[in-house]
Amino acid sequence: MLLIYCPYCEEERSELEFRHGGDAHIARPTNMADISDEEFQEFFFLRDNPKGLIFERWRHIHGCGRFFNAARDTVSDKFYMSYKAGEPKPDIPGVTTATEKTVETYEATEGTAK
Amino acid sequence: MADQALRKAPLAGRHGGSSGARVTPADPATRLALRAGPDAIGTLSLAFGLELPQRPKTSASVSGRHALWLGPDEWLLIDENGADLMGIASGVSALHSATDVSHRNTAILVSGPDAAAAIAAACPLDLGKSVFPVGAAARTVLGKIEIVLLRTGEEDYRVECWRSFSSYAFGMLVEGAEDAGL
Repeated sequence: MLLIYCPYCEEERSELEFRHGGDAHIARPTNMADISDEEFQEFFFLRDNPKGLIFERWRHIHGCGRFFNAARDTVSDKFYMSYKAGEPKPDIPGVTTATEKTVETYEATEGTAK
Repeated sequence: MADQALRKAPLAGRHGGSSGARVTPADPATRLALRAGPDAIGTLSLAFGLELPQRPKTSASVSGRHALWLGPDEWLLIDENGADLMGIASGVSALHSATDVSHRNTAILVSGPDAAAAIAAACPLDLGKSVFPVGAAARTVLGKIEIVLLRTGEEDYRVECWRSFSSYAFGMLVEGAEDAGL
């Protein structure tokens, strides 16, 4: 069973008590009424889907009920750390964010396939 | 035809368990879902006559009235003597939110040397003495439902669940008690 550290309950609890809440640190535009449809689409629908380190929102819905943020590896499912909502994105020592160079993208591997 | 609807407790007449863990429906109680910011905690504690706990997984109990920490600004208050908790809350002017959930919840008491094992059959929470001592409380899951668990004694637990799920919870705990007794 996967154990997730809840920063509000200050202990590791079973994954059964948690619910995933999508990407963390998505800044909502302050001028929502003025932005174009493309910019809104970028903010609202488009996510990076990285391979490796990702920062996500999680909710301890069957525990304290609070939202918090967690750094997780999308390949190994390992939770590096979790921290309270509103705190800045932390550095994870020894782990780098995936880039276009480290991820096998469709364009790089299959782009020319017919 | 009866002129008046009779109130029937959701688990009336149910009993079960094993020689190691008794599973019994708890008596009706009044309950309050309480939410308040840090400035109101002092005033509310004074009004309810017990210190609202502020540490995770803790509770406070004074003569049949319990306050369970559910979240950083959220508590479940239970009064086994049926005191009017809403009446008390309405007399507090400090900003807070109180909802009467007396009839939304019902409780099941699990007691005996195998009580922890009976609950652990469906609950992922660590019930070890060092991390879940007497007085510890937590909202967690039991099988497919959400419960609030309170450890009232060394071998006694109170399982609070929603009344519509109570027959599932009861059945699950009875199965757990029987398995623990094998």
